[in-house]
Amino acid sequence: MSSNYETLNKHGLDIRKIRAEFPILHQQVNGKPLVYFDNAATTQKPLRVIEALTDYYSGYNANIHRGIHTLAEKATSAFEESRRAVKEFMNAPEAEEIIFTYGTTDGINLIASTFGRANIGEGDEIIISSMEHHSNIVPWQMLCEETGAKLKIIPINDRGEIVFEAFEKMLSERTRLVSIVHISNSLGTINPVKEVIQKAHEYGAKVLIDGAQASAHIEIDMQDLDCDFYVFSMHKLFGPTGTGILYGKRPLLEAMPPFRGGGEMIKEVTFEKTTYNDIPYKFEAGTPNIGDVVAIRRALEFVEAYGKENISKYEDELLQYANERLQTIPSVKLIGTAQNKISVVSFIMEGIHHFDIGMMMDARGVALRTGHHCTQPLMDLFNIEGTVRASLSLYNTFEEIDIMVEGLKNIAERFK
Amino acid sequence: MQKSSINARQDEIIEAFSLLDGDVEMASFYLMELGQKLTPLPESDKVEENLVKGCQSKVWLKTELDQDRIRFSADSNTAITKGLVSLLVNILSDQKVDDIIHADLYFIHRIGMDRFIGTQRSNGFVAMIKQMKMYAIAYKSKIESKAS
Repeated sequence: MSSNYETLNKHGLDIRKIRAEFPILHQQVNGKPLVYFDNAATTQKPLRVIEALTDYYSGYNANIHRGIHTLAEKATSAFEESRRAVKEFMNAPEAEEIIFTYGTTDGINLIASTFGRANIGEGDEIIISSMEHHSNIVPWQMLCEETGAKLKIIPINDRGEIVFEAFEKMLSERTRLVSIVHISNSLGTINPVKEVIQKAHEYGAKVLIDGAQASAHIEIDMQDLDCDFYVFSMHKLFGPTGTGILYGKRPLLEAMPPFRGGGEMIKEVTFEKTTYNDIPYKFEAGTPNIGDVVAIRRALEFVEAYGKENISKYEDELLQYANERLQTIPSVKLIGTAQNKISVVSFIMEGIHHFDIGMMMDARGVALRTGHHCTQPLMDLFNIEGTVRASLSLYNTFEEIDIMVEGLKNIAERFK
Repeated sequence: MQKSSINARQDEIIEAFSLLDGDVEMASFYLMELGQKLTPLPESDKVEENLVKGCQSKVWLKTELDQDRIRFSADSNTAITKGLVSLLVNILSDQKVDDIIHADLYFIHRIGMDRFIGTQRSNGFVAMIKQMKMYAIAYKSKIESKAS
């Protein structure tokens, strides 16, 4: 496909204009124009986010909530504005139900350490799926080891979709928590989380959704999903690293013990007894990551400016095109062919190690991710060591897919 | 037979790479070609005890002592790493134990290897060099204890 204006204007998105917002994309890597296809690991940051960080540090850096001076007021109000922006973004009922964390992993560990320890005991059951990231496996294994609870795993089919009937059979009155990924980082599969949540609630189990991959690609609506907890990372959503979101339903958050002790999370401290602050502050001990939190509002604005629906449509076209083009290479085998998936293409090439593919594509300026993608149990199910993964975002183009496919064809030739 | 010294072998490699003019893609293809020329280890030697820790891709390393010289043989499950491994085998194999211990492997920087091999990958490479030197130190003490 030749580069023309038409391919850069899709579903009301002016891709050229979008790309202009990302300074990092306009560079050469190893003498070739950068093709950034590692968006599932982290997305790039638009200028408005970068500027928000500089504005904060050059204009109103101050510690929040307790200060009475003007800068502290300004910083506090910007910080709390971000919370309200997140509430709107995920259609949460209340801003107090939004807790700032360091990322998805931090959010899951918070739930395991607080809700988990308080509500899950010996003989209780936690259900996860076969396609979880290590960060949605290990905290539960640790909790099970500590409490004597059991971890149950929902199987998947050859396309990389959960077997729903098997999940239904796993549920029992001992199920305390279902923790499942909204979208698989290795395969791109969109899980039917709404149905999972409904089913789990029939048994009185609570549901945590790992939305790390979903937040940048599809609508996430807390009131529609009715999940109990939802976690994601802002750095995968055009925001700065070190910021994450945990949504939890108010009664659950209020009943949960605190996670970390320190400043901000307290109401009153004496050496005899400490009373804890209200939510969300109860879970935000210490000085939070103010500058980065302030900047996330601009990241959410960026997404809203273009619209999730438009973004999804455009990314679906990219996915379809990438799938078609990749299938013209005989040695390529796609891993994860779910009917409902986002623009993540995982594949292997017969007779060529993914490490070599990654290295050689990097030489051509194409940034791909290779390996097990922190989902080793999933790789074991497919009986592979790892895959090559191209994860596309709204600033990627059809032309970039062509560059990748040409590179892969060249590699396939070399290895013949 | 006169064995070419560690530095002479390094200089040959530096010269060969200089022809690639810093082209990263050409360098990776060249490395793969070199790897293909390396005698593969039999499957029976690709075992845990021969595995070099720290490599992102797998590297197996075997040694054999021939009087005061060490013969290295190695293999990898990835083509580019195998090329890197072949450079080290080429430079250090059949060299004297003492020379291996004291070898200054300046070729790494001179062929721009640090530039096109990322940190995590070169860490594996560093692990391999360390392992080769450890073998040399172990053999040296073995030789010395026999002599005394």
